[in-house]
Amino acid sequence: MSSLILPAMLNGLTMGAVYALIALGLTLIYGVLHIINFAHGSLLMLGLYAAYFLYHFFGLDPYLAIIVVVPAFFVLGYVLQRGIIAPMSAGSEQNVLLVTLALALAIDNLALYFWTSNTRTVDIAYAYDTVEVLGAYLTLGRVIAFGAALAVAALMWLFMTRTRTGAAIRAVAIEKRGAEIVGIDVGHTYAICFGIGTACVALAACLLLPTFYVTPQVGYTFVLVAFTTVVMGGMGSLPGALAAGLLLGVIEAVGGLFLGESLGQIGIFLAFILTLLFKPSGLLGRRAV
Amino acid sequence: MIKPQSLGQVALIGLTTAYLLAVYFLPSQVWMGFTINALAMAIVALSWNVTGGFGGLSSFGHAAMYGTGAYASAVLQVQFGVNAWVSFGAGILAGAAMGAFIGALSFRYGLKGSYFALVTLAFAEVLRICASAFEITGAGRGLQLTLEPGLATLQFNNDRTLTYTLLLITVAIVMGLTTWMKYSRFGAHLVAVRENEDAARALGIDTYRVKVTAMAISGAFGGLAGAIYLQLWLFIDSTVVYGVSISVIALIGPIIGGAGTVWGPLVGTLGLHLLGEGAKTLLHDAPGLNFVLYAVVLIAALRFLPQGLMGLAGRIGTFRRKGGDDA
Amino acid sequence: MLEVRNLTKRFGGLVALSDASLDVPEGAIVGLLGPNGAGKTTCFTIIAGFTKADTGSVRLNGQDITGLPPHRICALGMVRTFQIVQPFAGLTVEENIAVGAYLRHRDRREALAEARRIGKQLGMASLLDRPAAALTIAGRKRLEIGRALATGAKLLLLDEVMAGLIPTEVSEIVEIIRKIREDGHTFLMIEHVMQAVMSLAETAYVLNYGKMIAQGTPQQLVQDPAVIEAYLGHGAASRLQETGRA
Repeated sequence: MSSLILPAMLNGLTMGAVYALIALGLTLIYGVLHIINFAHGSLLMLGLYAAYFLYHFFGLDPYLAIIVVVPAFFVLGYVLQRGIIAPMSAGSEQNVLLVTLALALAIDNLALYFWTSNTRTVDIAYAYDTVEVLGAYLTLGRVIAFGAALAVAALMWLFMTRTRTGAAIRAVAIEKRGAEIVGIDVGHTYAICFGIGTACVALAACLLLPTFYVTPQVGYTFVLVAFTTVVMGGMGSLPGALAAGLLLGVIEAVGGLFLGESLGQIGIFLAFILTLLFKPSGLLGRRAV
Repeated sequence: MIKPQSLGQVALIGLTTAYLLAVYFLPSQVWMGFTINALAMAIVALSWNVTGGFGGLSSFGHAAMYGTGAYASAVLQVQFGVNAWVSFGAGILAGAAMGAFIGALSFRYGLKGSYFALVTLAFAEVLRICASAFEITGAGRGLQLTLEPGLATLQFNNDRTLTYTLLLITVAIVMGLTTWMKYSRFGAHLVAVRENEDAARALGIDTYRVKVTAMAISGAFGGLAGAIYLQLWLFIDSTVVYGVSISVIALIGPIIGGAGTVWGPLVGTLGLHLLGEGAKTLLHDAPGLNFVLYAVVLIAALRFLPQGLMGLAGRIGTFRRKGGDDA
Repeated sequence: MLEVRNLTKRFGGLVALSDASLDVPEGAIVGLLGPNGAGKTTCFTIIAGFTKADTGSVRLNGQDITGLPPHRICALGMVRTFQIVQPFAGLTVEENIAVGAYLRHRDRREALAEARRIGKQLGMASLLDRPAAALTIAGRKRLEIGRALATGAKLLLLDEVMAGLIPTEVSEIVEIIRKIREDGHTFLMIEHVMQAVMSLAETAYVLNYGKMIAQGTPQQLVQDPAVIEAYLGHGAASRLQETGRA
């Protein structure tokens, strides 16, 4: 059994990287807009379909599709926040949660209607090549995702701390009124943030597609894990989301090893419940966008 | 219900009651079948309303209580051959126990708002995974009751009119209990906790106890709804009864109809169902589109109808009487 | 009636209260004074059970209530109001007061009747059916007192109940408090408004930086150099003496 743990952990790390990527966008959105974005999983699902159709109709490799999909989804996120979420929740925090829930509902079911519940996959042969790491055989596609997650996390960190827009975003996150007074357009900043978060999840989708599948329900599966990641990492903390994502990937893999496939995911939700109860501010403590 | 606030509310209540009675006389049995479904869902909505409406504790995982009620009853009947009536009762109690458990844990650690909503969702998911993994709950296959219409087995599927009548009575009872709760000391405490928990504590209210009790009551109604579903359809599996669509249905009806009112959940759920069915016929039974419609209506209600349909009706032709008391 | 002994409370590195003690005899109106940030509200929240002190004890009518939760303390006869008023916004004035009345009246009709009685006592008879959210600040203060009264508690902790009121409103509330005291109640009041303190409090304690620095009648306190310095700054007492204004 013990010889299986290390490979399980390493595989878990690579899956965890995907969780982290998805969570990065979510935690940014929460940290700045204080919105728990229920539609995040649905947006992931849309990203998967987008990459899938680009492959299906144009033969575009999902890794290349990133160039197209990510900017497009940035725009989508911007429009969603500015056009629907902000005006429809009219400032009430409880309403925002419900509005994003409704959005998720709408997107998921529209996808079901247009694309049916058939499972779609892409055939990118090299994604399934194996790479040997520490005696374990890992899928290339997953390893690429792992590397990308680290890179994106680093990039976002740099963006938030070294650029003017990043500074504006952090200002709005900390003190909305004050930011407004010094001339920052809060609505626009919020929408940019939401756009970045959506772009992140689109990137995760492109990286995920080669070694995964897509159905309209896939969004829901991931959204809960994404929430768990965000809460465990500390709402609003980028490094926290990265760390928590990786940790959850490992928990899931090791859990699956001991509890079997069907119960494997339970580890994640139990971790979620425990974190919410005992350390809602996250394992790493405070917020730090 | 005891004191409608306005002509508008009387009209809305009247319309709903008229429709429910008219179903007996409508030419096509389709209406009755459809309303049976709507009423079954209305009970879930009524259950959500206790905590989400009166208590201000929005739960996103009401399926946890619903599914527990359904599974408790199913396991007892299928795996242990227990009498259907006893199992039904056990379902209600199981739902209450699950509600109390989730509440006790969540409120002990001070969860509220979005965090509470998320934790209830997580609990529902944990239960769903467990139910589909263990043999006693039928694992991935689910549980199936043997078809045996009759009083002893609490199965009336062969007699649609009887089923409908029983459901109507059940809904009426649940609404009656809700009304009784609303005008009781507990109800006043619950609303106080919703409005301002610190002030409530300062005034001698044990807010923890109040919230957990509300969850238990809500869970009892939720378990009731689940047990009813089992008797209606004779088959359950984890996705159906612990799935997120139940949790969503639980909250949409009350929010649109008017959370924290007695009639809101029924009016909202019935209205939504009618809308959904209408949409389905117009769009030739397209899968999932009724949920899209619900989503759009929900967003519109959140933005334009914060008090729901009952709240809107409450402003039409207001009676000259005490304010703040709506049906 | 109320014996507070040696309360100490630290928040991280900040000492909010240090060895604070006070007594409130039955039927008295006692003031708790001090500049902003002195620790007065912390003292209240500890006494009322919302926070736990690091050390010290609180006894009500001889019974040790240290560390009891607020709702138990309320049932034992002591109730607090809040500095920032907290009406139950969605309810009417009558329903608000009734929430307090429900403590000793299980039945809805009884609770509402008691609420009406207290509402009238506080001069709010015409406002009973209005939503609490529609009240002016003076109205909300009265509501806060009314709700507390309705619980049947004999000892009321009023936290800056005069804040934000104009002088005529202050006089009205002062009268109300006097009448309620005559009815058999006791008050411990945090107050800044001098008009209220001078006319109501028989004794007062002064807190500064978490420590009790003085105790006495209001007349004594305004002449106490330590108190003057606490409010007006270091050296103020001697300056005042020099200019003969003390």
